[in-house]
Amino acid sequence: MSGIGTSSARPDRSAIFPIEALGTLFDALRGRGYRLIGPTLRDGAIVYDDIASVDELPRGWSDEQSGGRYRLIRRGDDAVFGYAVGPHSWKRFLHPPRQRLWRAKRHGGEVQVTAEAVPEERLALIGIRACDLKAIAIQDRVLTGGSYLDPYYKARRERIFVVAVNCSVAGGTCFCASMQSGPKVTETFDLALTELCDDGMHAFVAEAATDEGRVVLAGLPHRPATGDEVDAAAAVVARTAASMGREMPSEGVRELLLRNLEHPRWDEVAARCLTCGNCTMVCPTCFCTTVEDASDVTGVESSRSQRWDSCFTMDFSYIHGGSVRASPQSRYRQWMTHKLATWFDQFGSSGCVGCGRCITWCPVGIDITEEVAAIRASEAH
Amino acid sequence: MATKKPRLGVWKFASCDGCQLSLLDCEDELLAVAGAVDIAYFPEATRSTVSGRYDLSLVEGSIATPHDAARIHEVRRRSRTLVTIGACATAGGIQALRNFADVREYAAIVYARPDYIATLATSTAIAEHVRVDFELRGCPISKHQLVEVISAFLAGRRPVTPPHSTCVECKLKGNVCVMVAHGTPCLGPATHAGCGALCPSYNRGCYGCYGPMESPNTPALTKQLEALGVDQSTLRRVWRSFNANAPAFRRESERHGP
Ligand code: SF4
Ligand code: SF4
Ligand code: SF4
Ligand code: SF4
Repeated sequence: MSGIGTSSARPDRSAIFPIEALGTLFDALRGRGYRLIGPTLRDGAIVYDDIASVDELPRGWSDEQSGGRYRLIRRGDDAVFGYAVGPHSWKRFLHPPRQRLWRAKRHGGEVQVTAEAVPEERLALIGIRACDLKAIAIQDRVLTGGSYLDPYYKARRERIFVVAVNCSVAGGTCFCASMQSGPKVTETFDLALTELCDDGMHAFVAEAATDEGRVVLAGLPHRPATGDEVDAAAAVVARTAASMGREMPSEGVRELLLRNLEHPRWDEVAARCLTCGNCTMVCPTCFCTTVEDASDVTGVESSRSQRWDSCFTMDFSYIHGGSVRASPQSRYRQWMTHKLATWFDQFGSSGCVGCGRCITWCPVGIDITEEVAAIRASEAH
Repeated sequence: MATKKPRLGVWKFASCDGCQLSLLDCEDELLAVAGAVDIAYFPEATRSTVSGRYDLSLVEGSIATPHDAARIHEVRRRSRTLVTIGACATAGGIQALRNFADVREYAAIVYARPDYIATLATSTAIAEHVRVDFELRGCPISKHQLVEVISAFLAGRRPVTPPHSTCVECKLKGNVCVMVAHGTPCLGPATHAGCGALCPSYNRGCYGCYGPMESPNTPALTKQLEALGVDQSTLRRVWRSFNANAPAFRRESERHGP
């Protein structure tokens, strides 16, 4: 795929290929040296994991999502991408939970330090949605945008192949339409698919946007899509956009929050918040890490690793003498104002793409859209 | 080598020995530990007791008898650094259930001659009796964390045993949340990390073996457990197990019955 930050070439005319060709696509990607990561059923959810074949896709499955609740449900058809985003975002693969930075070994009086090599692995991300691609673009700015870049992220990121999918269902907690980040894929991709699965037809309308995407698509049994098929694909996306489970009018959210830093709503949400950190862990844009040192008992070997951290932990804001954000109010406020307000100042965009994960996977169902709405409503009086 | 090896003391109070066995359980690391420190007193591994002073004392067990209440002060006097290990030592253990009842009634049921039993009315954490330098949580403790604490002590650095929620570990591991996806009650959001989210990794809810996390919001979690169908007497019991006497869990269990 083209490098970070380069805008995508205009996609070609749409092609269409039958469901049977999906296996050929997987083989082609594997043949080009990619490790395939895609959706599969595990432990009662649709997660992203290594997939060996089309049989491992969640064929005929969907999900029901609301605040603090996720359940698999059967679809009435054989769609393989007929679900909304699941518990894990792709940052697990590009910006993994743990990343070793260096190792050191003592030889007598000498200490030899070895930096961790950057990964050379090539990942094909199968079935990535518009919101998650937007999230990757945001993490690009955070982790590779400035003078201090994360070489591990950069290396993984530069080698990905993106098979994006336009959403055919909106989850109960989705609000990408409000955040202008979906459901239609607009960020850089290699291939973008729209699944058509009705009236005895099961096929993918496909667009290629990069040279590699074109080569891969050319190797599949396909034909140009008809006008009707292109319209049908557009209708799928339009239907999804019209059925968002949540909305969060984004107009002026930054200013709204920044002028309400002492709002009583922070106390109300803090009474419910467990400060567990789940929201930041599942958020596809949250990027914070801490560093952990390890040394063995004999003091011969040591290492330093980076590990996901969260602004909900006390250690996160620990400075000499204690944690700056000791109260749950201040921690929830940090999370929400960073996502929706100060992210603009720092990185030039919102830090939220409306994927809804923080709502679904909050054990007590705290809803970022509801919190914004409550603060907004209080100003109307 | 000119420098003397640090002396490690392992002391047992009211406990099941499970935590000491965690150390014996790390065969490979134990050899390194035995090479790096002089293990001066280790009732489970050797009978030999060494008098004198200890650079690092690991204390297992709670204070449940008058004799132990006196002995812990002796251990403290002999120890440069005192680290408590396990739920008994850090919170009073499962035996702290007596704190919610009349211990004489228990003794009458269990022993033929309860008058032979010299016991205190409560089982309490070591830190309620003497100054403690570091607490390692868990019932039982994680052997990796124990090796980490010893390694950190030897290197003169802070042990990496983060006090955040078990959820953080659960998510690092890539688990699917059992509470959200299955409706299984889980104490993970209020529980101190350390076990590697063991139970959720096997599709079970967390039992709270590591005690309260750094900022537990137990009433809010209880509310969610109620929504999942947990009744009052069960709530009292889930908050009242191995860490029953840890203040946050004790307060929460007391909200649901005597
Ligand atoms: S803040 Fe919530 S909805 Fe927004 S991107 Fe993060 S997880 Fe998704
Ligand atoms: S919301 Fe918190 S965890 Fe997420 S990026 Fe901001 S400070 Fe980091
Ligand atoms: S908002 Fe929800 S997920 Fe986030 S820390 Fe609070 S309780 Fe946990
Ligand atoms: S399964 Fe339990 S520990 Fe894991 S994230 Fe869910 S609530 Fe937290």
